[in-house]
Amino acid sequence: MPPVVRIEHLTKHYFLESVTVRALCDVSLTVEQGEFVALMGPSGSGKSTLLNLLGCLDRPTDGTYILGDDDISHMDDDRLSEVRSRYLGFIFQSYNLLPQYTVVENIEVPLLYQGCRITEKTRQRCIQLAELVGLGERLDHRPMQLSGGQQQRVAIARALVNDPHVILADEPTGNLDSRTSEEIMQMLIRLNEAGKTIIMVTHENDIAAWAKRVIRMRDGQIETDDRNTEPRIVQDVSSAFVSALNSLLSEAIQ
Amino acid sequence: MKTSLQRYLLLWDTSRRSFVLALRSLWLHKLRSFLSVLGIIIGTVSVIMLMSFGEGSMRDALDDIKRQGATNVIVTSTKPPDDASSGRRVMILNYGLTYEDYEQLLLLDTIVGSVPMRMFRQEIRNLHRMHNGRVVGTTAAYENVNRIELVDGRFLNDSDEADEPGDDNEMRNVCVLGADVAEALFPFQSAVGQTIVLNKHHFVVVGVLKERSPLTNAGGVADDYNSDVYIPLRTCRGRYGERIFIRQSGSRTGEQVELHQITLTISDMEKVRDAGEFARAVLKRRHGFKKDWTVTVPLDRLEEAKRAKARYMMLLAVIAGISLVVGGIGIMNIMLATVTERTREIGIRRALGAKRWDITQQFLIEAIVQTTVGGTLGTLFGVSLVFLFPWLLALFRVTLPAQLNVESIFLSMGASLSVGVFFGLYPAFRASRLDPIEALRHD
Ligand SMILES: Nc1ncnc2c1ncn2[C@@H]1O[C@H](COP(=O)(O)OP(=O)(O)OP(=O)(O)O)[C@@H](O)[C@H]1O
Ligand SMILES: [Mg+2]
Repeated sequence: MPPVVRIEHLTKHYFLESVTVRALCDVSLTVEQGEFVALMGPSGSGKSTLLNLLGCLDRPTDGTYILGDDDISHMDDDRLSEVRSRYLGFIFQSYNLLPQYTVVENIEVPLLYQGCRITEKTRQRCIQLAELVGLGERLDHRPMQLSGGQQQRVAIARALVNDPHVILADEPTGNLDSRTSEEIMQMLIRLNEAGKTIIMVTHENDIAAWAKRVIRMRDGQIETDDRNTEPRIVQDVSSAFVSALNSLLSEAIQ
Repeated sequence: MKTSLQRYLLLWDTSRRSFVLALRSLWLHKLRSFLSVLGIIIGTVSVIMLMSFGEGSMRDALDDIKRQGATNVIVTSTKPPDDASSGRRVMILNYGLTYEDYEQLLLLDTIVGSVPMRMFRQEIRNLHRMHNGRVVGTTAAYENVNRIELVDGRFLNDSDEADEPGDDNEMRNVCVLGADVAEALFPFQSAVGQTIVLNKHHFVVVGVLKERSPLTNAGGVADDYNSDVYIPLRTCRGRYGERIFIRQSGSRTGEQVELHQITLTISDMEKVRDAGEFARAVLKRRHGFKKDWTVTVPLDRLEEAKRAKARYMMLLAVIAGISLVVGGIGIMNIMLATVTERTREIGIRRALGAKRWDITQQFLIEAIVQTTVGGTLGTLFGVSLVFLFPWLLALFRVTLPAQLNVESIFLSMGASLSVGVFFGLYPAFRASRLDPIEALRHD
């Protein structure tokens, strides 16, 4: 499998008034296509910092970052926006849906910034995605009217709509109870089975147990990087879901 | 490669989207939005109202001047101030324009028409009916110079040759009545052919004038033409002489004035001022230090009116400017608050691929929508007030000339739009400069 994400000697320092915070020191990492990576580590170890850098929301102090075939390290703000819009999908701990939009409109948002027109066809795809994550009945609901788990599913659909190379999730189950977390994780696993690369930050071993690869960080450095020999698997691997998702997303690539 | 048409459609799409979003959030915070655009509303209302009322009164003034005649020079007799130093009580005051003055004024070659007038107050009688009015001795030229319209009969007529028949040449006892006089003396019949009595002399009515609107004269007093009776000048001179006696608390004082007013019509507007100067020079020479005449050039009032309008417009511009700046600051304030309030939304949009320009555009359009909605409300309100106000005042018998100024509508709409752009730009810029990560962390 070809590498999707390649970082070399990545450093991130925050320069505060009196001190310099070394959030990341000389981190190198390669993630191949189709991997499911869990980032773990104590609070303040630099997981979010790394994820933000991978998400092109921030620029490293030093080092290189190659996403797909593009060198991200020296891109300007507009180009970074474009990269986020084309190649990346985000899932946040606090869902981060836009409160004034309905479910379908929320899923549509990444398309607004892709430079293509919103048509009946794209609208249909958003509706199908909503159905895929099990929200077919609630297309016109607003985030306030949904439970946390439902909101997170909207966020997953939104992260899929631009058919990203990599999905980045910062503690996607942090605000959810264990049952709902399970549901969300199953959904992520299915996405991964459909070929999506996922990098996920988590604190919980239970959650990390789903991932195929677990990276532990400490003080801004990678401490361990292990293959999970026996990742948890979804019991009822519904191939229907995978094929539906695949056909949906292959439609998107035009 | 995208074609320019696609790019255009895309721009249209995103703008429309931002527009709808802006309307939604406006509707979500109705009261807040209303209060924040109140400045704009008040600004547009006042601009539309002031411009319309200004336009109305300006048009009134111009109409006045036009009725006086923009090519006229008006020379009037004025009573000189009392000469208190000479203790002598003058029983008969002798002043004003003379027939000889008139002849001299006529020497100017740009004159194309002239009307001499004598006027005095007089009871007008027909049998037992009576009206307090004014007798005006004049010539046939009065009709054209003052654009007289008749409802019945004819005006005084005349001929240039002294020996040909005409009211003036033959010193006929004929008269033309103003509308009020005709109404007072002959309420139930046609006045033409009837006889009236003016100080013992009988006159046959040959015509009745249409109602004339009063005109502010040089002294600022409105002349009421509708109580006038017009008789031929020669008849007037022959029957009543040049003296006018005024009875005043027992004593009798008198005035001797040959002509009260001379209206000169000049061939074209460019020459009117020179003609005015000429008239002044002639009268100064002939009357010396006796200041018993005035020369009025209505065209000067036109210039004056134009200058007054320019001053009014300046004032208006200042008021409009101030209210728009105040309104704009209101918008800027609310937009800055909105940006802070929606920082997280900005972070989300940035993370999902929005460029800085997308954010700028979104908030800019929101500001523009706010001010334009405010401007539209203000315009609607202002226009209805322009119609409502004169109507309300009319109930109290006050006339307020209002003329809806269409330019003012475009002006205030354009101004509110530009206020939106100008004062929305900084908050929108601030929004676009937010750091995505910090914005996402905001709550
Ligand atoms: N904007 C910033 N300015 C200054 N220091 C920062 C900033 N962001 C993060 N840091 C510092 O960088 C270090 C790493 O932070 P980071 O958020 O990546 O930790 P984390 O592993 O995600 O922790 P947690 O598990 O609590 O989310 C911390 O010491 C933090 O204080
Ligand atoms: Mg974190």
